[in-house]
Amino acid sequence: MTKIIELRNLSKTFAGDVRAVDGVSLDIEAGEFVTLLGPSGCGKTTMLRLIAGFETPDSGEIILNGRDVTDDPPYRRPVNTVFQDYALFPHMTVAQNVGYGLRLAGMPRTEIRKRVGDALRMVDLLAKEDSLPGQLSGGQRQRVALARAIIRQPKVLLLDEPLSALDVKLREAMQVELKHLHQKLGITFLLVTHDQKEALVMSDRVVVLERGRIAQCGTPGDLYDRPASPYVADFIGTSNLISATVSAASGGQVEAQVGPHRLRAAAGSLRVVAGDKVLLSIRPERVLMLANGAPVPAECNFLSGTVREYLFHGNTMRVELDIGQPSAFLVDLQLQAALSGTDLAKPGSAVRVAIEPVNVTVFPADPTA
Amino acid sequence: MRLATRRRLANLGVLAPPLFWTMLFMFVPYAIMFAYSFYRKQFPIFIPDIQFGNYLLLLTDPQYYTVLLRTLKIALLVALASLLLAYPLAYFLVFKIHSPRLRAGLYMAVIVPLWVSYLLRAYTWKTILGSQGVLNSFLVWTGTLSEPTDLLLYNQFSVVLTLTYIFIPFVVMPIYTSLEKIPRNLVEASHDCGVGPLHTFLQVTLPLSVPGILAGVTFAFCLTFGDFVAPTLVGGPNATMIASVIQSQFGTALNWPLGAALSIVVLIIVLAIISLSDRFERTGRLNLG
Repeated sequence: MTKIIELRNLSKTFAGDVRAVDGVSLDIEAGEFVTLLGPSGCGKTTMLRLIAGFETPDSGEIILNGRDVTDDPPYRRPVNTVFQDYALFPHMTVAQNVGYGLRLAGMPRTEIRKRVGDALRMVDLLAKEDSLPGQLSGGQRQRVALARAIIRQPKVLLLDEPLSALDVKLREAMQVELKHLHQKLGITFLLVTHDQKEALVMSDRVVVLERGRIAQCGTPGDLYDRPASPYVADFIGTSNLISATVSAASGGQVEAQVGPHRLRAAAGSLRVVAGDKVLLSIRPERVLMLANGAPVPAECNFLSGTVREYLFHGNTMRVELDIGQPSAFLVDLQLQAALSGTDLAKPGSAVRVAIEPVNVTVFPADPTA
Repeated sequence: MRLATRRRLANLGVLAPPLFWTMLFMFVPYAIMFAYSFYRKQFPIFIPDIQFGNYLLLLTDPQYYTVLLRTLKIALLVALASLLLAYPLAYFLVFKIHSPRLRAGLYMAVIVPLWVSYLLRAYTWKTILGSQGVLNSFLVWTGTLSEPTDLLLYNQFSVVLTLTYIFIPFVVMPIYTSLEKIPRNLVEASHDCGVGPLHTFLQVTLPLSVPGILAGVTFAFCLTFGDFVAPTLVGGPNATMIASVIQSQFGTALNWPLGAALSIVVLIIVLAIISLSDRFERTGRLNLG
């Protein structure tokens, strides 16, 4: 594997002292599908624009395919971008849009026709080659933008929230299509999104950004199961974050006190001693709701609380429990039978839930919280 | 009363005053002028008639058609000159000035001359270009000329220069607007496709600003075509324009029928230009989707 993108200590500050990108270093392998994920304002789009060349960094280096392109204008970089709102040329037909770069590079007309045809066939839009962008639907424009970006066979395809303007069904279909396109083309994809589901579905590797810095970088499974910080745990999927005090720590095991309950967890690499403040993270779907009177399974933690509210999600039922903490404790119940056939405790009634220690993640308490 | 009827009455109420105004002060005068253009002159009055003698005279007497052609030439030159000056200015304002406040300020600076009397602005060029003027004094002072020249004023050049100066804001405004409407990411997309700044301008920015160019050029052309102040102030005998001739037909020459015929011809030319530019703009807008 060769490195196709190397970012070295990249920083960019905008007017008004906004540190959009703050000393980021990142290597991306050839052929990888990498996603930059974060809430708006975390610097993910700025990072993409720095790589594309639309912004120049204040410091740091961008190396593309072994060449330092930090000071190169966008038209001399071996990358292509799919813009968020597609940026199709409104005065050119679909075929002219797709063939634009090739035509201006002086490629023979017959060769352009052939390659435009190939690219449009790849995105399944050959029938629309003579239409103007204004006559296409959002999904079709998206495909044109994609065809225009891949026709020059870039080393890296940059995608700036390409699916955010599409409706849910189309977005999910395009996610799969993009993934297949990535496999077919074999080039590096770098996607920017704020949608954690999209990132988990599509990428080989996800880079979670927090205020211009990398919060965590890993496979989707890594991020979900072993989040490096409460920020990541909260941003990827949903987590119950509970403040607790360590009551005992030994042999990689931690016991933490939450109200009247004592929860056991694996400490991982975290070094804590009794009396330390910690933050526990528990995924709602890893919690087991216990039937009335049923015994707590061996080795499991348990919490008791009262049912506050039910939120029906279709495939799951989210239960908000009051466990004496400031925020509600969420439990996701898999609905294996129709809702009418499921026996649910009435709101206000007391219930118990069980959690395996392996499903409790311990973070040091955030000093600012 | 039914809602639809009430709405229709309300619409009529809103539309009636401007409609009445336009009828009384636009269509009626045009109709009168149109009728006059077929009258016959019989000193010292004009006799109602239907004959094409006035129009025939315009086409056969060089005294008239040369002025018409000259006006056409001057209008084209003014339109071209103001386009060549206004486009780079508008482009600079939109794409090179990044501070919105500075941009708004500079844009205002382009517009401000419109608040000054048109007559005054035309007169200014007299003091700049005249034989005792600023430019001549400067050229003599620097030694470029040994004595003041009178070549700068009272000719077609000075008319084109003055009118270009006066009408430039009308050309900057629509071009500025059309350039501002071009999404920046289209320029980025072009660069992204490996196309450098020059060809990006020729392939993307310029075609997308054509509606603004057409509007601006049409303004400059039509306003010049009907102008008689600049040729009167800074134009010489060989820079007479059609509006001055029309003015004299209604004044000293006392030939209203001929003046009316000239006016109709000017009106037709200007309307033709406007509808032509409108049609071009329409096709352009269709392309924009």
